[in-house]
Amino acid sequence: MDVNKIYIKGIAGEDFKDNDTLQQYIDELNAGGTNVIVGKLDELIDWGRANSLWPLAFATSCCGIEFMAAAAAHYDLARFGMEVTRNSPRQADLMVVAGTIVNKMGPLLRRVYDQMAEPKYVVAMGGCAISGGPFVNSYNVVNGADKIIPVDVYIPGCPPRPESLFYGLLQLQRKVKVDRFFHNQRPVREYNPDTLIDPKTGEIIDTKTNPDK
Amino acid sequence: MKDIQELILRTVSDAVIEEKQKLTVTVEPKQLHPLLQALYNNTKLPFDYLISLIGMDWGEKLGVIYLLSSSKDLSKELVVMTATADRENPLLYSVTDLYETAHLNEREVYAMFGIRFINNPDMRRFLLNDDWVGFPFRKDYNDDAKLNPVNIITKDIPDMSPRIMETADGKLIEETVPVFEEDDYIINIGPQHPSTHGVMHFRTALDGEIVKKIDVNSGYIHRGIEKLCETMTYPQILHFTDRLDYLSAGMNRHALCMCVEKAAGIEVPKRAEYIRVIMDELNRISSHLIAWAAHCNDLGSTTAFIYGVREREHILDIFDKTCGGRLIINQNVVGGVMFDIYPDFQKDVKAFIPYMREKLVEYDRFFSHNAIALGRMKKVGNLSKEDAISYGVTGPAGRGSGWSCDVRKHKPYSLYSQVEFKEIIRTTGDSYSRYLNRLDEIEEALHIIEQLIDNIPDGDVCAKVKPIIRLPEGQYFQSVEAGKGEFGVFIESRGDKNPYRVKFRSPSMAAVSVMPILSKGEKIADLINISGSLDFVIPDIDR
Repeated sequence: MDVNKIYIKGIAGEDFKDNDTLQQYIDELNAGGTNVIVGKLDELIDWGRANSLWPLAFATSCCGIEFMAAAAAHYDLARFGMEVTRNSPRQADLMVVAGTIVNKMGPLLRRVYDQMAEPKYVVAMGGCAISGGPFVNSYNVVNGADKIIPVDVYIPGCPPRPESLFYGLLQLQRKVKVDRFFHNQRPVREYNPDTLIDPKTGEIIDTKTNPDK
Repeated sequence: MKDIQELILRTVSDAVIEEKQKLTVTVEPKQLHPLLQALYNNTKLPFDYLISLIGMDWGEKLGVIYLLSSSKDLSKELVVMTATADRENPLLYSVTDLYETAHLNEREVYAMFGIRFINNPDMRRFLLNDDWVGFPFRKDYNDDAKLNPVNIITKDIPDMSPRIMETADGKLIEETVPVFEEDDYIINIGPQHPSTHGVMHFRTALDGEIVKKIDVNSGYIHRGIEKLCETMTYPQILHFTDRLDYLSAGMNRHALCMCVEKAAGIEVPKRAEYIRVIMDELNRISSHLIAWAAHCNDLGSTTAFIYGVREREHILDIFDKTCGGRLIINQNVVGGVMFDIYPDFQKDVKAFIPYMREKLVEYDRFFSHNAIALGRMKKVGNLSKEDAISYGVTGPAGRGSGWSCDVRKHKPYSLYSQVEFKEIIRTTGDSYSRYLNRLDEIEEALHIIEQLIDNIPDGDVCAKVKPIIRLPEGQYFQSVEAGKGEFGVFIESRGDKNPYRVKFRSPSMAAVSVMPILSKGEKIADLINISGSLDFVIPDIDR
């Protein structure tokens, strides 16, 4: 491996601060062709849901400590209605995948996800959960949690600072606000079937045709 | 060490003794156990502490390196090597009867190199699943992802453990024995459990509320860091050490930097040494604070958790201002430190010291003498000094059992020979002594920082180092005292720009290996308390 001059292109700070466009987008999505009564009820339900997302910290490594720091007094996750970290997947709305997912953990991650009740959301926190991060070339590391479960929001960083975690969680709240409880028009999230291979037959598992698997 | 050499030659006449960085002895596999037994039983200087057991693939031979030391004098170290040419069915002799810490290490070597150990009572693979194809750390490993695909179907964990035993007349018997008894009631604690401090999996056999047996099942965060290191240059592998035991990130990285610097003969500027030690000690305080906070949280005190993390934020702010990192501080590099301290560094640290002291008094007042806390911690999870040495439990936990094992005292590195501090030793060996040791070590760390903070010399913070470092051929060891105990780095170099083999000695692995004996006969609620008092970090175990 050659070491050349590497430089990382910075992201303009304004890109992060532009929340108005996103909000406008949400309003447009909600306003377009909505029934007056049902639309208002949808808005009410989404408001309630978005502001009381209970997270399940699926913390495998370093990012878990930053999640703890974010939940403690200094950063105070409670400001966003997310302080009730549930340890049982059955009581959680949101799974924060904080840390590397390895081959041995893959089935368990999927199992915990399957135990959560709908509507459920997943946040991939940190480089490892997004793509494998610094360990992407390892023989035992899954290249991103989205190979196993569908992911809603990706938060980059190694580990992400609590501020970036909050930014990601606020984006998720916006996503929740475009859900429609009565229309059942939640964004469809598909499994990534690339690496899901049946150990017995060696075939790729297609989640669309075999939903039980 | 002269008489040790004589002892080695008296026991094994054809042993090859070399003076490398450490005294190195090479023996045939058959003679290994008698040699280690003789060294173990040496009355004057017993080599009863196995620091590290390193599996090796030397190409034509597969072997193991044992790094031994004595509990009486940690500065005396000895390297013993053995190897077998049989790559199809490599067999070596186990040393579990001498050093209990070898048990999990030998299972790890089996998973990674395929070497099986005769007389090890339980030869299942550690870290990897039983059906893993190939042995990843061998140089001829086929890393095709199709052989070991990611799957989403949970598999059963086999309850039978294979083993190879040698009978008195020298015959080898292969057999499988059950891990648990037929009618045992087994519950799984972990891997997704809030109180196992990560993704640890304890398979616990219960008799009512009493723990009968624990089977440690780890590897849910095994990232293959040591294998990844072999494909990278030395400056590139630095960041992996931060992600092992992330709570003592700076100290781990210090170990690797020192190992490379000593091997390459790089002189570190004085100013960098001062910055390193101050950052290390701040790092130690933050590590102990999280340990304290999490332990108290395990005992039901959420307030303590919030308090501990609150104080830690002050340290993280200092880290943040110095080098931009909070948890993982990318501060140490080969040759010095990456960033100089900021102008108000001294002021901030000096403001933190009295603040922390005040808070330590507060912790003491509201939790250390709390009746419930005392009832839960005193005389629970007793670790004897003999077991601590045999299992290689170092750090605050080992010192809680009366074993003087502080690397900063016995093998002083960096500036630790120049500063004055007490080694905190307690002899009771229960959870409470480990708990108190951490709080006292915070006080000692503050004392060390106090001595250094006003005397930081001027000058460079980093020596001139080439971007590609080639270490001369050889084996290099370096230990530091991390938050959890002795953290060691081993590098074997063949003169290339990347290492031939890297191995990290993990203090947490030793800590988790005593869990079965500490929690046997205790209540299941105390299992959580004991694991909290030992304070292990799972990515450090799995690497």
